Amino acid sequence: MSQDPRAMRPKDVKPMATRKAFGLALKDLGDKDDKVLVFDADLSKSTQSGIFAEAHPERFYEMGIAEANMIGTAAGAALSGYKPFVCSFAAFIAGRFDQIKMSVAYSQAGVRIVGTHAGVGIGPDGYSQQGLEDLACMRSLPTMLVLQPADDLETSQMIHALAQTDQPAYIRLTRQNLPRVHSDEYRFEVGRFPTLVDGKDVTIIGTGGTVGNAVEAALLLHREGISARVLNASSIKPVDEDAIIKAAKETRGLVTVEDHNILAGLGGAVAEVLTNRAPARLLRLGVNDVFGESGEPDALYAYHGLNADGIAGSVREFLANL
Amino acid sequence: MRDPQRLPKEEIQATAKSLREDILRMIHKAGSGHPGGSLSAIDMILTLHSGEMRYDPKDPRWDLRDRFVLSKGHGVPALYAVLAEKGFFPKEQLMTLRELGSPIQGHPANALLDCIEASTGSLGQGLSVAQGIALAGKVRGQQDGKDEAAWHVYALLGDGELQEGQIWEAAMSAPHLGITNLTAFVDWNKAQIDGTVEEVMSLNPLSQKWESFGWHVQEIDGHDIDAIRRACDRARSNTSAPSVILAHTTKGKGVAYMEKDIVGWHGKAPSDGEFKQAMNELKGGAA
Repeated sequence: MSQDPRAMRPKDVKPMATRKAFGLALKDLGDKDDKVLVFDADLSKSTQSGIFAEAHPERFYEMGIAEANMIGTAAGAALSGYKPFVCSFAAFIAGRFDQIKMSVAYSQAGVRIVGTHAGVGIGPDGYSQQGLEDLACMRSLPTMLVLQPADDLETSQMIHALAQTDQPAYIRLTRQNLPRVHSDEYRFEVGRFPTLVDGKDVTIIGTGGTVGNAVEAALLLHREGISARVLNASSIKPVDEDAIIKAAKETRGLVTVEDHNILAGLGGAVAEVLTNRAPARLLRLGVNDVFGESGEPDALYAYHGLNADGIAGSVREFLANL
Repeated sequence: MRDPQRLPKEEIQATAKSLREDILRMIHKAGSGHPGGSLSAIDMILTLHSGEMRYDPKDPRWDLRDRFVLSKGHGVPALYAVLAEKGFFPKEQLMTLRELGSPIQGHPANALLDCIEASTGSLGQGLSVAQGIALAGKVRGQQDGKDEAAWHVYALLGDGELQEGQIWEAAMSAPHLGITNLTAFVDWNKAQIDGTVEEVMSLNPLSQKWESFGWHVQEIDGHDIDAIRRACDRARSNTSAPSVILAHTTKGKGVAYMEKDIVGWHGKAPSDGEFKQAMNELKGGAA
């Protein structure tokens, strides 16, 4: 008898956007640590860095609509012993790749780069505002930590963890509210995929905005007698190789689900591990190498097959064809 | 050098001559590199490190040091020559420029060499980084209960580099953020890879551009040690704006055949014959 995924779901917690949880955590961090400096490029109301700005105006820098200069400036502050967070939409962060490559990563500047409004989940603004290639870009930079929390609890822990390292880091956050998927006892660790639901037939690996839907999909599959394991890939670089290999050995196949181009993001990272260390069947779900478009977030998730029904349907078909 | 003393001008001039030789030796041995913009920048980099900046070769990451950011990363042979001269690393290491496994990379890499402040080489980024270091110096000064910034930051920009948009983002933000502990030099040597700066993409009127962005602007001869020092004095004593020093220079300065073909000598190594001729000239022999 497989475990009922509902047993894993924390109850009575209001869904929250990870950007909001970030803003709250950043303010807390700033209360305790006067080395924390925050930079934003005219989006502090959207990225939620404004919560920090209100509490600590003397350590908040409004840089205007000039992301390249913001990233370079934060790099200089990091190289001088401070802990800068730079905030913008994931789409615009990825657009300043050269500054991140040179002034942050190659300069070994401990800048915490926060990209909000990840993926098609932002909805009606359409493709220009949707970060769909940021994971691919950030993964390609040596020494870069690439993280994406799945709920408010994990976001808060991640932000506090980032104050303890001087490694360059990218954190990807959602505009839309996400359900709580972790229990109160959960502790985030870099390089570990927590198991949200245990299962033996198939492994679904979600990240960020898709994790709650992956848990819901496991519930739907459970009703049909399919036992799906669900992992939360909150640490995309480094990935949890052990969890991926274990899933490859213990379940019949793996399915990755991400609100990002299916190329070179989470699916790519998992495929690399499987190919090198534990060949197994893999289905990658995500935005299938097409441009995003306008629409309501739920409608876009349904269109791209990233809601619970879509994920469950793809998993069913995947298992049937193994 | 935590308490900088200005060296006699004649001594700096003599050292500059020998560092020009080092630059040519390094690039000749490596077989590639950028001699023109290294020779145009050397007098400024050396003068800054000879009585203007506070630093400690025994403790390159001393937290209260003044900082130097080479935004025009391709001019790094000049910076390496100065850093070796000042004792940050052995002179012999200069001859490993561009070799596999050497920290003396073709463009500056701060993770490999701790006397380099920031990795540069993709143009346009160094002024932003320098601004961030200056901002941190301001915060540090405040947090330490001081009236002034904890350190001064010097940046060296190329003239062609000013064609990058990010430079003007930083030009706009530094005065807005109230940064005054930042002095940027522009190595105005008038040439870039595809032609003269004037032909490729004119910067004029350059002085007015910086003034209109709110900078304290000076225009000097970038090979005149006294002029460089006077400009530094004025930059530091001006506490109402960041400073830019537009330094007229000659690409390939000190080597006659390079000075005659400034575009051609942007980014190639001299042949054996050209190398000998240049060394003779620098040693005071026939040009």
